[in-house]
Amino acid sequence: MMGADWANWLGPAEWQAVRLSIRVSFWATLVSLPLGIFVAYVLARWDFWGKQVLNGLVHLPLILPPVVTGYLLLVTFGRRGSAGQVLEAWFGIILSFRWTGAAVAAAVMAFPLMVRAIRLAIEAVDPKLEAAASTLGASRLWVFVTVTLPLILPGVIAGAILAFAKAMGEFGATITFVSNIPGQTQTIPSAIYAFLQVPGGEEAAGRLVIVAIVIAMSALLVSEFVARRVARLVGGS
Amino acid sequence: MTLQVALSHHFKGFTLDVAFDAPKGVTVLFGPSGSGKTTLVNAVAGLLRPDKGRIVADDWVLLDTQSRRNLAPHKRRLGYIFQEGRLFPHLSVRQNLLYGRWFAPRGSQDESFDHVVELLGIGPLLTRRPGALSGGEKQRVAIGRALLSAPKLILADEPLAALDEARKAEILPYFERLRDEVSVPILYVSHSSAEVARLATTVVALKDGRVAACGTPADVLGDVAAVGVRGAASVLEARVVAHHADGLTELSTATGALWLPRIADLHGTTIRVRIAAQEVMLSRDAPKGLSALNILHGTIADIRLGDGPGAMVTLALGQERLSARITRRSAQAMGLAIGQPCHAIIKSVAVAPEDIGTGSMKERTQ
Repeated sequence: MMGADWANWLGPAEWQAVRLSIRVSFWATLVSLPLGIFVAYVLARWDFWGKQVLNGLVHLPLILPPVVTGYLLLVTFGRRGSAGQVLEAWFGIILSFRWTGAAVAAAVMAFPLMVRAIRLAIEAVDPKLEAAASTLGASRLWVFVTVTLPLILPGVIAGAILAFAKAMGEFGATITFVSNIPGQTQTIPSAIYAFLQVPGGEEAAGRLVIVAIVIAMSALLVSEFVARRVARLVGGS
Repeated sequence: MTLQVALSHHFKGFTLDVAFDAPKGVTVLFGPSGSGKTTLVNAVAGLLRPDKGRIVADDWVLLDTQSRRNLAPHKRRLGYIFQEGRLFPHLSVRQNLLYGRWFAPRGSQDESFDHVVELLGIGPLLTRRPGALSGGEKQRVAIGRALLSAPKLILADEPLAALDEARKAEILPYFERLRDEVSVPILYVSHSSAEVARLATTVVALKDGRVAACGTPADVLGDVAAVGVRGAASVLEARVVAHHADGLTELSTATGALWLPRIADLHGTTIRVRIAAQEVMLSRDAPKGLSALNILHGTIADIRLGDGPGAMVTLALGQERLSARITRRSAQAMGLAIGQPCHAIIKSVAVAPEDIGTGSMKERTQ
C-alpha cells in the first residue's frame, strides 16, 4: 500500500530524475574514489616539485564558476574535444549528452571535497605506525593496504558520502556539459529547474525538492553512523 | 652472527660518526639523549639513510653507500621494538603478533607462536585490542611481534623509557630471557646504566655522536670518561647462597659475602649486581661498629682525580673491579696509593632491585 502510494506520489518524469541522479552520483563517487585516495595520499605524504600546482588543480572546480568547469569539460571531452575524440575512437566511449558525461561532471565537481576529507584522515595517521609495519617486512603497498587504509577508512567513508551528496546536487557543470535531456542527463536539480520553467510545474518541483532534502539528510546521517562505527572498530577498545 | 656498523651522518649542528661491532648477545648503545643512539638504530633499520656508511650482518650487506646498496626496511628482516610500542590499533593482539610472520619468507627458522606467547605471558590478551592494554602489556606484545617476524637481528629503542618503575621491573626480565633464549643478536638503546648492567653483553657508550667507549659492562660503566662520574658504577657477579628470615639475601662474590635486600626466586643462580660508585665508602683499616653489612677487601688498582672535588678509586677484588667515588680531600687525608690494601663498604639498601639482573657476564662474552 505504502509502496504504491509512494510510487504514485512522484510522477514518472520525476521518478526518472531521481533514479538517474542516484545512478550518476553512485558511479561518479565509486569511480573517482580510488583516484581520490591516491591523490590525497600524494598530497599528504609526498614532497615533490609542483605539489602546489597539483593541489590547485584538484581544488579548481571548487572555486571556478561551475559553468566554466562544465564548459572546459565540453571543450575537452565533447565529441570534438581532443580527449573526447580519443575516447570515442579507441574505446567507443561517448560522454557528451549521455548520463556517463553527467557522472564525469559530478565526479569532477565533487573531487575536491572527497580529496580534502581523505587527506585530513591520512595526515592524522602516525607515520611511525607505517614505519613499524615496514620494519616487520611489509612493502610500501602492503603497508598502505594493511595499516594506512584501515586507519583512514572513516575519512574515506566521510569523503565518499560528501562526494555523493555534492554529486546529487551538481547543476551548473552538468547542464553546461551534457545539457538537460530527460532520461539521459536530467538529474534532480536539472529537473527542478526544468519544472520551474513551465507554468504549473511548481508542484512537481516541490516534490523533488523534498526528495533532495531527504536524500541529503539520509546521506549525512548514514555517513555519521558508519564513520562512528568504523572509528570504534579501528580505534580499538 | 656479528653486526658491523660504520656510519657518518650530518644534521644541523650535529655529526654522528661511529663504528662498532655487535657480536652475539645484547649490545647496548648507551648514552645521554642527543648522543645519536636513535639515529644509529634507525639507520640500521633502514628508516634513515645516512650520508656515508656500511652496515653488514655477517656477509649480508644491509647498507653500503660506496656501492650504492641500501636495502629497503622491509627487506632487512629486523625485529624493531619501539619506545612507544607502535602496535597497530585496528588489529587485535593476535593479529599484531602475526603481522610480521605473514611477510617472513616461508620456512624461515622462527619462534613458535605458542612459545613466544608463553615466554611473554600474553596468552590472556590475544583477543584484545591494543587500546585496552596497559603500558607494560603493550610493550610485551611489541616484543612478541618483533620476535615472531623471524628477525635476523632485534633492535630495541629505549623500550622501557615510557614506562613507570613498576612496569620497567615487569619488562626487564623478559629482555633477560630474550638474551638467554633467543639466538639472534640484539641491539638495545638505553640511557640507563642499570639496564646496561643487567642486560649488556657488550656496551657501546656514545657521546656527542661518537663512540666514547666499547667493551663489557664492567669496563664501560667503570670508565668515568665515557659515562661521567654520576653514571660510574661497578658490575659484580655473584651467586645467590641463601634467603634469610630477616629479609636479606646472602650472595657470594669472588671476594666475600654480600648482603642485599631480598631477591626473589633466584636461589643458586648467578646474578649481576650493579653498584654505583657514589654508594661505595672506603676504609684503610677493617671497619668496626658500622651499620653497613657489606665490607669487601681488595687492593687499590687505580686512582683518578677529577676536575672537581671528586676522585675515583678502583679496587681490585680478585678478577673484578669495584669503583668508589670519594672526595680528593679524603683520598689525600687517607694517603691512598696504588697497591695498598683497602676495604670497601656498601650499604645493603644502596642496591635497588633494578640493579640486579640474572646471568653471568663471562659466559656470554665468549
